Amino acid sequence: MVNDYEKVKAIVDRYGGKHASVIAILQDVQSEYHYLPEHALRAVAGQLRLPLIQVCGVATFFKAFSLKPRGEHTVTVCLGTACHVRGAPAVLDEAKRQLGIEPGNTTDDMRFTLETVNCLGACALGPIVVVDDEYQGQMGPRKVKKVLNKYKKTPRDRRHAEIVVSS
Amino acid sequence: MVELTIDGIKTRVSEGTTVLEAASEMGITIPTLCYYHGLSCYGECRVCLVEVVKGDRSSLEASCTLPVEQGQVILTDSEKARKARKVIVELLLASCPNSKTLQDMAANMGINKIRFKIKDRGCILCGRCVRYCKEQMKSGGIGFVGRGTSRRVATAFDVTPEECRNCGGCEWICPVCEKACMAESLIDGLCGGCQNLAPVETCLVCTGCSESVGPQGHRVYK
Repeated sequence: MVNDYEKVKAIVDRYGGKHASVIAILQDVQSEYHYLPEHALRAVAGQLRLPLIQVCGVATFFKAFSLKPRGEHTVTVCLGTACHVRGAPAVLDEAKRQLGIEPGNTTDDMRFTLETVNCLGACALGPIVVVDDEYQGQMGPRKVKKVLNKYKKTPRDRRHAEIVVSS
Repeated sequence: MVELTIDGIKTRVSEGTTVLEAASEMGITIPTLCYYHGLSCYGECRVCLVEVVKGDRSSLEASCTLPVEQGQVILTDSEKARKARKVIVELLLASCPNSKTLQDMAANMGINKIRFKIKDRGCILCGRCVRYCKEQMKSGGIGFVGRGTSRRVATAFDVTPEECRNCGGCEWICPVCEKACMAESLIDGLCGGCQNLAPVETCLVCTGCSESVGPQGHRVYK
């Protein structure tokens, strides 16, 4: 836990401990743990001298942050109008079948988290699936398995790989 | 000093005051809900809407957060402003029918039906408690979490925070918790307001109608 506290401290120090950079700090914390653990939020609030609820308010406001542990890879299926008419529901059904989970949940082995989004603004590429930060356009139910297999083996890229506090 | 016109009356107030403060100095009452003297202005509830006339056009602005400007023309009781306020109070009541403050407000505005589906959420997200905790108690134990329809007032991780001194101020200042409407049954989402228990003073020639809904709901026969 002490190590964790130092990890958070290193992230907060990168931004000079400014209140205005709380979102950036939380983004880095999230990329470190894949989610925002309670102790990390408490550490951020303590470091920034902000009430904990204010940090929680930011963390719960943005959909990009998660307070629940998330899998190594995040699979986001777009269900916007353009993707919908091009067959996104079938893609989602296939992704659900392949992963065995409902949207918003994480697989038991903590490899994948399945999410849906209402529009990514990349309608020309529809139906679109985003895995981590990579956009997979022109998806079809048949391609889902191939894409997921590609990610099954690789770990997720860290946002700032250099933030590693040795134990 | 800034000169502006409120309801046709010219007035001079110092720069930086809000339209709401300027109006109350003149004795003009604008209904408010999330505004509370001593707390910062939030502009959340929109009950204090006034009509701001700009040439041929007019816009509706929340008077509690609207700073005064030179030559501003404000109408606090125009048809447009009243209509907008009515809708807002109806919407707030639909999400919180047990609030005495809101029921009284509805009665004062002459609202006789809630046109929206009633869904009791027990909170109107006015943020009074949050601001009270932060600004008056200097504590910051409660705040808003979530957003959109899942926005709510809560403590961090739903446990009593270290900052909380159990002052009870959040409950005291809440227009829903503290002043719950005790009416046994609501008709169209309304109880009629507590002042209906007493004779309505502003009604000059009361016909004794049973369906009175407050001073402005009465039809005055002259």
